[in-house]
Amino acid sequence: MPITYTSGEQVEVYRFSLPATVGIPLLALFLQAFLPRRFPFLSYLDLPLLVTIFFGISRRNPISGLLTGAVIGLLQDSLGGLQLGLYGIAKTVVGYGASSLGVKLDVENAGARFLVTLGFYLVHAAVYFTVARGLVSLNLNWSWSHGIVAGLANAVFGVVLFFLLDKFKQRT
Amino acid sequence: MESVLARYRNLIILVGVLFLQVLGLAVQVKRGGNDTENTRLIRIWAVGAITPFERGLVWVENSTGNLWHNYFYLRGVRTENRELKQQIEQMRLEQVRLTEDAAQAHRLQALLAFKEQFVAKTEAAQVIGWSGSDQSRIIWIDKGQDEGLKRDMPVITADGIVGKVLLVYKNPSVSQVLLINDQSSGVGVILEKSRLQGVLRGTVNGEVTLERVMSDEQVAPGETVLTSGGDQIFPKGLPVGTVTKVGAGKDLFLNVKVRPAANLSKLEEVLVLVEKQQQEAVAEETGHTRAADILAQRLPSVPEKPPDANAGSGETKPSSTPTAGSKISHPSNHAMGGAAQASAGPKPPVSPKPSGAQPQTANPSARPPATPANTQPPTDQDNPN
Repeated sequence: MPITYTSGEQVEVYRFSLPATVGIPLLALFLQAFLPRRFPFLSYLDLPLLVTIFFGISRRNPISGLLTGAVIGLLQDSLGGLQLGLYGIAKTVVGYGASSLGVKLDVENAGARFLVTLGFYLVHAAVYFTVARGLVSLNLNWSWSHGIVAGLANAVFGVVLFFLLDKFKQRT
Repeated sequence: MESVLARYRNLIILVGVLFLQVLGLAVQVKRGGNDTENTRLIRIWAVGAITPFERGLVWVENSTGNLWHNYFYLRGVRTENRELKQQIEQMRLEQVRLTEDAAQAHRLQALLAFKEQFVAKTEAAQVIGWSGSDQSRIIWIDKGQDEGLKRDMPVITADGIVGKVLLVYKNPSVSQVLLINDQSSGVGVILEKSRLQGVLRGTVNGEVTLERVMSDEQVAPGETVLTSGGDQIFPKGLPVGTVTKVGAGKDLFLNVKVRPAANLSKLEEVLVLVEKQQQEAVAEETGHTRAADILAQRLPSVPEKPPDANAGSGETKPSSTPTAGSKISHPSNHAMGGAAQASAGPKPPVSPKPSGAQPQTANPSARPPATPANTQPPTDQDNPN
């Protein structure tokens, strides 16, 4: 049974089937937990974040976007050893922001997707850093070089991934 | 009012969801540490959703690899090689333990009995995933409660220690292992040569540092780091890593960087120490040794006489000056005057003992070094380890 998301705006709104809605985030979490063990350079990628952005800009519904981000983030937190909510909060903000942006802008082309992904990666990193330092007192160091390199890597990979995930879109 | 709520509905929901998460986070922080036990249910859901895929993929990977390696590529040799590697791993562990034991025995001769822990039983496990985050250095292994794993069990490889079991699940039977390079990890360690003790901690960058070493101590790069057993998790003497860099740290402590012996970024199989054998060394009871006996042994002795010196006279005379041989062979008698010794008849000569040596008994090879009589082996109550 397909899940329908509408925003009421003039831009095109997409929906996803239930298997895609559940399976894609789980697959992203699974790959995030599995691949970097074999290929350490892939630890730069944040697949759950890319999926959150993709669902956000496709559905163009801020509520579903923030809820998707919250669920994916909390699941990602569950696989780690830190407190629950660090990724949850960061991805909630990203999900809300991506879907809100998707309402106002056309983010269907590669260039826009690249910039959106890069921007939201940095937003995600900043929110995570703020919460981790401010609330949990984790000993984290902010690194612009690492953030930009990882952001660019995610943006490039995100453009490719989004085109693959476009296959799962269904018009409302 | 309704129009305002409708207008800012999305924003209100966002704030509400964020508020709930911040509240939950604050509660976890308030409870202290990594509050994994109280969030266990949510974690079980995530683990239950993710780990079957990981186990499946690892199984497929292994099955494919086994098919190729065991049946198409050098059938039989692979199995033998694996068995030999396992033997080597066991022997290396044993060798490390024996080496450490020997060094310790030399240092602690005739001292307090001490309690040591030995690796008694291990459970081999396969690494099926990691946390997916650089901020949390955690791996998942495919063994859990069904295999007898428990929280805080040490996890090692043949190269060195890896971490400790953080969470154990029953269904699915998997476990979460906190690596030693996680910033919340702490391991009691000791430097092999200088015998300095410290605490091994991970950093945010995934490096490993040795803390609590005073700045006036001498630590050389290249020195081997072993577990000290002080954390009551890892048995003593397991390899941890090598000192790579030494610099000035905060306050009065050194900043010592350590390269872990185990390759933490490429772990595939690990061993979980499910059972540690505790063996308490028993100090052998010897006769009461007085300070006067030891002192007497160090006194200059009369030059040794030929064995037939008195034989020629045909009689044995009591003498106030004992022979060197009698003095060394039974120091307690010497201290008492030596008359009884002399009347006991001739004894075979014994070469003089160097100054500072242990009191020698009649047959040194049959008796280990003496233990001071007031030294009692510590009991479990005495020794927290």
